[in-house]
Amino acid sequence: MTPMHIVFLVVAVVTLFAAGMVVTTRRMMHSALWLILALMGVAVVFAMLDASFFAVVQVLVYIGAIAILIIFAIMLTRGVMEISGPQVNKGWWLPAVGVVVLFLGIVVGLSQWGGFDTLLPALPADANNIALFGQALTSPDSYVIPFEVASILLLAALMGAIYLGTEGRRGKK
Amino acid sequence: MNFLSDPVPFLTDWLNGLLAGWGLSIGLVHFISYIIGGGILATAAMLLVLFLIWLERKLIGRIQDRLGPNRVGPFGLFQTLADMLKIFIKEHITPEGADRVPYELGPVLSVAAVLMVWAVLPFTRTTMGTDLSVGLLFIFAVGSIGELAVILAGWGSNNKYALLGAFRAVALLISYSIPMLIVLLVPVMLAGSLRLNDLVQAQNVWYIVLAPVPALIFFISSVAEVGRSPFDLTEAESEIVSGFNIEYSGLKFGMFYVADFLHAFTISLIFSTIFLGGWRGPAAEQIPILGFVYYLVKTSVVYFLVVLMRGTLPRLRIDQMNNLNWKFLTPFSLLSVIVFALADKILPNSLTLGRVLVLLAANALILAAMVGGMNWFSAHRRRPVVVTRRRHEIASHKDVSA
Repeated sequence: MTPMHIVFLVVAVVTLFAAGMVVTTRRMMHSALWLILALMGVAVVFAMLDASFFAVVQVLVYIGAIAILIIFAIMLTRGVMEISGPQVNKGWWLPAVGVVVLFLGIVVGLSQWGGFDTLLPALPADANNIALFGQALTSPDSYVIPFEVASILLLAALMGAIYLGTEGRRGKK
Repeated sequence: MNFLSDPVPFLTDWLNGLLAGWGLSIGLVHFISYIIGGGILATAAMLLVLFLIWLERKLIGRIQDRLGPNRVGPFGLFQTLADMLKIFIKEHITPEGADRVPYELGPVLSVAAVLMVWAVLPFTRTTMGTDLSVGLLFIFAVGSIGELAVILAGWGSNNKYALLGAFRAVALLISYSIPMLIVLLVPVMLAGSLRLNDLVQAQNVWYIVLAPVPALIFFISSVAEVGRSPFDLTEAESEIVSGFNIEYSGLKFGMFYVADFLHAFTISLIFSTIFLGGWRGPAAEQIPILGFVYYLVKTSVVYFLVVLMRGTLPRLRIDQMNNLNWKFLTPFSLLSVIVFALADKILPNSLTLGRVLVLLAANALILAAMVGGMNWFSAHRRRPVVVTRRRHEIASHKDVSA
């Protein structure tokens, strides 16, 4: 057991526990906080895979923007700190069984993959990951089309937000 | 390298040799030296805050034509120590109905977010906490954890004013992050790397000379990110009763206080690294400790500017702050990036003086556009309608508005 194994186990357990607590905690605000912990765990996993740029962008975008937005949305909900009724409804065992079966199926399916138990190859010391990433995002035979489509999706979201935000001023109400 | 010219790597190698000589594995030796280095850096930063608080109080006092603290110790140097002791022994009053976990986490994350930045700053050519390949982006990612701390503090206080202050603060922080991050593309384009040591070593000409307008935009956005005057609406005692840290007392408030001052110094450090050449200076390559001296001098100049702004400018209103950000800083940061991308890529890479002049000309264009924009805004902003009454109408109690 190398130290990296131990670190990975700890991080994985924390992330899964936080993800479980997101859906089972009784107060909505605490769900948001557990979500932040789970996202941080994912960032640590990225860092352990030598994808440093993705780890940093995960923290910057998910925790710095999306999690804060979720918290704003939760804070504007009524009754957010009350304990509202029972946690589960009557047939909760059925989805639980389904989830466990699905999880085992994914794990068994992945274990058939060749890369399941190979160790992470160390990157060469002067690997310029960010330049390679930039080239992959913009070169025509790489991922430029998904990149542009994602930009158009964000543009659509931005236009929708502006439309909703200026509704009063246009006198449509 | 010897101790005098390069103390930190010398001591690190000595310690590593000592520990390896005792039989520890090399991974464990590095781990221990990282932990010791982190502890020393964090402690030095916190101790520096004592000095910074005294410095700021003296400077603000002088700006306001008074002396500042001058009783406790020579020149009032121990005033901060007295304040520190007072804050330590104050009672921690937890408001009723406060959500415990966010309430306790707020100050901790606030200080942690600032201290984590110190881990990637290059103090000399050879001394850094860690040489991350995405160092520049890391700084702003942990800054976003500081924003989270503000929300947690405001929410966990179970207080309407705290919540309102936290909302406003986070809205401002997120808004001002945008021009800051966009304008950072310019030094990254000029240096070709996100690694902070590469950024410093690529500055044969300081980037504030090559890119003064992005430096200005970055400086204004950084001061807004810290929440200092003139952007300190979130702590305005006269407006929302000191904002999100209203329900904190004792050391928890002390942590917010420390985070505020340390953050101001940290943005001065970041600005010096990116735009003023960091540790570069005459003979800083051969004698790394000189690099540290140059770095401190440059940072002190920027910090002095930050304190001067605090003591001089009046507080901006929330709509003025939003206007400044969205209608002024963001469009001009985008314009700067576009102009720099064009100007830098059409130049051949070899000329230095020509490159400096062309980039300065590009900056002058953007500056002219900014000044034109400011004039247009001033001319077209909404002014209050003032009704004047002539003196004889007032004396005869004539009703002007009829």
